[in-house]
Amino acid sequence: MNTRLLTARGWTAVLAALLAVVVGLPLLNLAVPADSVFHVSDYAVSLTGKILCYAIAALAMDLIWGYTGILSLGHGLFFALGGYGMGMYLMRQIGTEGQYRSELPDFMVFLNWKELPWHWALSDSFVAQMVLVLAVPGLLAFVFGWFAFRSRIKGVYFSIITQALTFAAMLLFFRNETGFGGNNGFTDFKRLLGVPIATPEMRVTLAVLTGVVLIAFFVMARAIVTSRYGRVLQAIRDAESRVMFTGYDPVAYKLSIWTLSAVMCAVAGALYVPQVGIINPSEMTPAASIEIAIWAAVGGRATLIGPIVGAVFVNGAKSWFTQAFPEYWLYFLGALFIAVTLFLPNGIVGLLRKPGGIVGLLKRKGARE
Amino acid sequence: MTPDLMRQGAERKAAWEAAHPGGRFSAVARVGEPDFRHGVALYVEDISVSFDGFKALNKLSLAIDVGELRCIIGPNGAGKTTMMDVITGKTRPDAGRVSFGATIDLLQLTEPQIAQIGVGRKFQKPTVYEQLTVTENLELALKADRRVRAALFAKLTGAQRDRIAEVLALIHLKEEAGRTAGLLSHGQKQWLEIGMLLMQDPVLLLLDEPVAGMTDEETERTAELFLSLEGQHSLVVVEHDMHFVEQLTEGRKTVTVLHEGSVLAEGKLAEVQADEKVIEVYLGR
Repeated sequence: MNTRLLTARGWTAVLAALLAVVVGLPLLNLAVPADSVFHVSDYAVSLTGKILCYAIAALAMDLIWGYTGILSLGHGLFFALGGYGMGMYLMRQIGTEGQYRSELPDFMVFLNWKELPWHWALSDSFVAQMVLVLAVPGLLAFVFGWFAFRSRIKGVYFSIITQALTFAAMLLFFRNETGFGGNNGFTDFKRLLGVPIATPEMRVTLAVLTGVVLIAFFVMARAIVTSRYGRVLQAIRDAESRVMFTGYDPVAYKLSIWTLSAVMCAVAGALYVPQVGIINPSEMTPAASIEIAIWAAVGGRATLIGPIVGAVFVNGAKSWFTQAFPEYWLYFLGALFIAVTLFLPNGIVGLLRKPGGIVGLLKRKGARE
Repeated sequence: MTPDLMRQGAERKAAWEAAHPGGRFSAVARVGEPDFRHGVALYVEDISVSFDGFKALNKLSLAIDVGELRCIIGPNGAGKTTMMDVITGKTRPDAGRVSFGATIDLLQLTEPQIAQIGVGRKFQKPTVYEQLTVTENLELALKADRRVRAALFAKLTGAQRDRIAEVLALIHLKEEAGRTAGLLSHGQKQWLEIGMLLMQDPVLLLLDEPVAGMTDEETERTAELFLSLEGQHSLVVVEHDMHFVEQLTEGRKTVTVLHEGSVLAEGKLAEVQADEKVIEVYLGR
């Protein structure tokens, strides 16, 4: 039975990945001289940090879609809410250095507001705002999930409702009156915890932190899917009625993994905003949520590592393509998605794990020994 | 099983009364504590279900004894599957009563609760967890705490491993223990599902066409398995295969014939087969 958290080889890979982000990345960026071939540029560091955030979102998607069979097309909302939570704090950290030299964020001055609205009450405290980063998306997911799962909304209906949810939130956040900067969102961040944000050191620190969070989430997700709880999730995906008539209440299982997945996405969003320096309602567009699902599908669902690979691959390709052939990126994305659907139902990782694939060969060799 | 259950019940009662002087034992007879002292596992009384005016069940009444093996036959649309849906909580009836043992009103419980107190159900189409291994399928059906937190930290005990091995042998899937359930043949999936029911150790098993799609040899073995379970569990078998029913009833057990949502005839197989009304329904005279 597949109950081991990780194999010896798996732990080695996790440690290697940890070493690479914690030691390798800062060293290659800060210590290796810029003219060396081994130097990692500031641009590459921030790109890495950004992609690692996407990978966290894809991992969260795998828990709910790959393992539980619930396709969310609204995970971008949780990502964005986490981002907005962090963004509010960063806006307050600007202090009086904004365009209008006011205590209030610029967009509030522009709207002629005289004081902070009620939902900004905690925005001066980093700790309180981080609690909100977890609590707001978590609570929203819990309440939404509670109604949806109790009403036994499933399959494509659930997907459409999540899509509508993120779309509705986007329209709400576009309004200036909502108090989140309207269509411009938040930008021009200056400091994080009093430290200037636009320095190479801060950039690499955030990228390393993102990598560490991703690895920690991966190990946690692995612990979840190898537990009996994780097998119940897969059972729900394969035959929910059987699960019910075996005495499990699927609502409790779905609701818990759904909420956890949303919170993981929110953490990814909170890490993303200081690294890209902007958050606006475009993160809540339906397309943004669909992209998360594409990363998971391209990498390989229900593998945990697959969606991470998929997020890195698709976004790596995107950043190269949009520089080299900016007009062809969407064609490529479409072609990629068609190719994966037709030829790689189990994604990139599935290809490697096929009996004739690399992992299959390794395993067979290992079994013979 | 019956004397066993009664003894267990008596022991539990004595233990409870010792711990709660002056308390009333019946107060603890809630979910999870069905009362089988009357020897009846399931009462179905005057159940009616209609879908858009079509009466799927029409004042259906039925009683299944503890340890009994009951075959239910009837033409298509007689209401067999709807009856199982009502018993297991999937469909709520318009009228009537369903009780498990003497005390538990099944109509007040949800599907998972009904499963937890000891009603197991096999679907017409074999329903197993295709991506999990055979052993994992059985593990999930194991009688254990079904709550989220318990499942997160659950570890198999030695006794539970033994139980899984025992059921694997019983359903002839020992060789396939590590295989993914989706790779099993149709008949093997049917068996796996039966095995999953046995892991739950239910008082009452509802089996909807359990030998559909099985080879003759598999059908034979299934009949043997059910006969060996008789007495330990109550079994309700809905089946079309008359040869199979013949094997199960061994010429002496009660068979119930359903027609248009109610009981048309009840008695030994030979008797109901000779019944004028039954012949009419089956041959459409």
